[in-house]
Amino acid sequence: MQWMTRIGMTILGMVWSVPLIWCIWTAFRPRELATSYSLDFQFTLDNFIKAWQAAPFGQYYINTLLTVLGILLVQIITATLAAYAFARLNFFGKDVLFVIVLVQLMVPADILIFPNYSILRDLSLLDSKTGIMMPYLASAFGIFLLRQTFKTIPYELEEAARLEGCNVFQVIWNVYMPLAKPTYVAFGLVSVSYHWNNFLWPLIVTNSEENRPLTVGLAIFAQSYETGAQWAEVTAATLLVMTPLLLAFFIFQKQFINSFVQSGLK
Amino acid sequence: MEKKIALQQSVVHLGTKQETKTSKKMKTNVQAWLLFLPSLIFLLMFTFYPVLQTIYLSFFRADLAIPDPFFVGLENYQQLKEDAVFWKVMKNTFWFVFTTVPISMILALAMALFVNRAIRGTGWLKTAFFYPTVIPMIAVANIWLFIYTPGYGMMSQILDVFGFQDINWLGTANTVLPAMIIMAIWKEAGFFMVFYLAGLQSISKELYESASIDGASSWYTLRKITLPLLMPTTLFVSIIAVINTIKLVDHIAIMTKGGPDNASNLLLYYIYETAFNFWNEGMAATLTVVMLVILLIVAIIQIFFVDKKIHYS
Amino acid sequence: MKKVMKSSIYFLLLMMLVLAGCTSKPQNETASSTTESQTNQSKQEEKKEEPIEITMYYPIAVGGPLTEIIEKMADDFHKENPNITVKPVYTGSYQDTMVKAQTAVKGNNPPDLAVLLSTELFTLKDMDAIIPLDDYIKNDGGDEYINSFYPGFMENAQTEGSTYSIPFQRSTIVLYYNKEAFEEAGLDPNNPPTNWEELKEYSKKLTKTEGNKTTRYGVEIPSSGFPYWLFQAFAIQNGKNLMSSDGKEVYLDTKENVEALQLWLDLAKDKSMPEGVIDWATTPTNFIEGKTAMMYHTTGNLTNVKNNAKFDFGVAFLPAGGKGFGSPTGGGNFYLFKGTEKAKQDAAWKFIKWASQPEIAAKWSIDTGYVAVSPKAYETEAMKAYVEGFPQAAVARDQLEHAYAELSTHNNGQVSKVFNDQLQAVLTGQTTPEEALKKAQEEANKLLAPFKK
Repeated sequence: MQWMTRIGMTILGMVWSVPLIWCIWTAFRPRELATSYSLDFQFTLDNFIKAWQAAPFGQYYINTLLTVLGILLVQIITATLAAYAFARLNFFGKDVLFVIVLVQLMVPADILIFPNYSILRDLSLLDSKTGIMMPYLASAFGIFLLRQTFKTIPYELEEAARLEGCNVFQVIWNVYMPLAKPTYVAFGLVSVSYHWNNFLWPLIVTNSEENRPLTVGLAIFAQSYETGAQWAEVTAATLLVMTPLLLAFFIFQKQFINSFVQSGLK
Repeated sequence: MEKKIALQQSVVHLGTKQETKTSKKMKTNVQAWLLFLPSLIFLLMFTFYPVLQTIYLSFFRADLAIPDPFFVGLENYQQLKEDAVFWKVMKNTFWFVFTTVPISMILALAMALFVNRAIRGTGWLKTAFFYPTVIPMIAVANIWLFIYTPGYGMMSQILDVFGFQDINWLGTANTVLPAMIIMAIWKEAGFFMVFYLAGLQSISKELYESASIDGASSWYTLRKITLPLLMPTTLFVSIIAVINTIKLVDHIAIMTKGGPDNASNLLLYYIYETAFNFWNEGMAATLTVVMLVILLIVAIIQIFFVDKKIHYS
Repeated sequence: MKKVMKSSIYFLLLMMLVLAGCTSKPQNETASSTTESQTNQSKQEEKKEEPIEITMYYPIAVGGPLTEIIEKMADDFHKENPNITVKPVYTGSYQDTMVKAQTAVKGNNPPDLAVLLSTELFTLKDMDAIIPLDDYIKNDGGDEYINSFYPGFMENAQTEGSTYSIPFQRSTIVLYYNKEAFEEAGLDPNNPPTNWEELKEYSKKLTKTEGNKTTRYGVEIPSSGFPYWLFQAFAIQNGKNLMSSDGKEVYLDTKENVEALQLWLDLAKDKSMPEGVIDWATTPTNFIEGKTAMMYHTTGNLTNVKNNAKFDFGVAFLPAGGKGFGSPTGGGNFYLFKGTEKAKQDAAWKFIKWASQPEIAAKWSIDTGYVAVSPKAYETEAMKAYVEGFPQAAVARDQLEHAYAELSTHNNGQVSKVFNDQLQAVLTGQTTPEEALKKAQEEANKLLAPFKK
């Protein structure tokens, strides 16, 4: 029985690995081999060079990085302030605000593509990085996550800082943020991988190459080869797009998995 | 809340000391709202306002034939009721969600149970199961499109080895949705696995120890201890899984565009098509409302069945 | 404590930056209002050399290194017109590009120039997105310019007496066939099928099986994405085109069309074509790899097949139906948009005019395989030499005589979608040709009703 499950699981693990291996295998082989059943392997970087030259992936990288980091930075600011208010202050309307935040967890911006598009249109923010970021700048998940952590921080620390004459912002910056560092890392990982991978919204919002993120760039690159048989290049481009996150995951596996667990448990 | 305010107001007359206290209270209120303001602005602008606007627009006729939208009451909903494509899309979405979710959860549970035992030489399995989670859906679609392509893809090669006739996975009405479900299971199971892992780690070791003293078989412990104690995790994961899976449509843009004959079309992609290919804005709003109703139902289920276990305060 | 102060200031600055980021764009937007463009126009006359940059959205529906070719083209134009820079922006497939152009128009930020399907005419007009080109034509080229194009290509460019677009990357469907496979099957490699009967017969003969596996199909007719286009060929061959020229009526459920669809279905039933939906993009690969002996595909693929096929191949007219030969035209035209600056529109027109010169059109056709848009392009030295060395290139041109406008109606996106869905339903065995065409006709009537006043 023990052995059976072990074998079963090993097979499952292999099945799970196959798409990635197949992807790497195709990307590094000459393109003629992609359409044959042959199992020969000859190493080449041609596919990557061709993909890199055919579409401005460098620009896409920069766009994705700026968008993702921009979102993260603003999310941290908005979520930290709100989380502090939730964790430490008793105020009028707290319950109402609580519900308002909860609703965002239930109604993710991803499904509001159409109304959010009209709002950006009215704000004249279509085809801009700000436009991609806008619907995600407040994060209910971030607020709840940080609030939970802030609550575990002893109130005495805040009082001590107050006695030294710190105002609210200084207290948050000096006391709360340093002590919640692991939470910020967790939130950061989840937020970055979410927005790095986001597709439908940026597809709708962006037109120009100056704003187009990697996922959208990859999608339209894959479609540019409508004559088919360009799988080698498309696979290479796919690898280019997913490598940074994948590599980060392989290196910081534990942090990643823990962060994702927290992301669900709030 | 109201009582408190009334109390405060009556206290104000009692003297200056209380007055400073109230003004302090006032100050806290202002401060808290100011701290909340940045989040509130974005939440109102991109969650609440769009929801209300969508509901409002769903009562209007607004498409390419109409220069100025006009009120039509429930006509859009009526039309939707008669739209065969809409029902097909709903059916697809239902099957996509309600096969992907249970199968990937069962697999996730099996994965977690095995990985949790931390047997030497099996550490790589956790990595192997989880890595699809960090890959963009668009990349997944590209890889799997190639896997499914008749004549060249991996599926063809495997069928060829065993001497079967090639299958046109994405070009046949009966196989396209299952093909996508398989891909979605591959993408999501690892994500759910980590919740089960967390759930397993929270079960006290002593329970297992006493069970083994009693001479219980491992099957018995699984059935009588592990699974019942994982119940809250299961309920909770199923909610996350449903919300996640309902949003999973990026691959359609790459693989099939919803075809053949809408056999792989899902609700969110249909919204995208209606809004940005057909520019039928009234109908796009109506479809979004349908999506909101579905999420509302999920939320109600969550509040009544799941939230008792996981509280936010 | 100083550190704290400093960081709070940074913090506030960041907040302001975010807000600034939100408001900077609308200001730019309003700046390009009408008064501005008028003053620009007068300025333009004073300083002619003021550099202008125009963006051009373009799609790729067929393969090859089109990106490089189009960028080279923009460069060449820039060399001749140093004050104008054309910036080509690749925006995905035809469908994606249309979505991009539409969202941009709705967002009041239209591209200066776009290459879109010729069939989008009515949709773009209903959106009030495009401008008629009549004034430009009157001042620059006149009727002579318009008459220089093949009339088949102008069909979808004009409505209600105005011209709205200029042909650029145009195509038709042709039959590609593998001569070696023909010899192997005992067929004459110089006599491709000329009618439907022969198509069925040859396809059967060309199909090769090993055990229960088909190793080579007789023919592949792609049906993913836009099956209506391929069906249109059968419809034209057997009867008449699918729509009225004002784009307000479609004729889908005729007896002739049912026959046509039956023929398409029969090819799969005979097992000489794969069952189910055949992917548009994979079809040329299958042809090049020898997995199908014939294929229906766009002429835009000619260069790709020529460069990659390792066997001798022929290109022929599509086999004729009851009414004779026939094919729809396809491909993209140049459109100019409302709401862009006059100076940019002028510059874009200049580029359009430049691109339709016979030499440029000929070069574009040779590099890509698209049909050159004017007879004059075929009279250029370069083209003559090319056709001589590669006679297949002339087939598409000769077939133009039997070519008619691609399906184009009001609300084109949705009308073609209901039609596509029904065609795919037939090909995947969900319904019969009669029922499917009847249903498509009903749905299309419903969609078009609001446009008939």
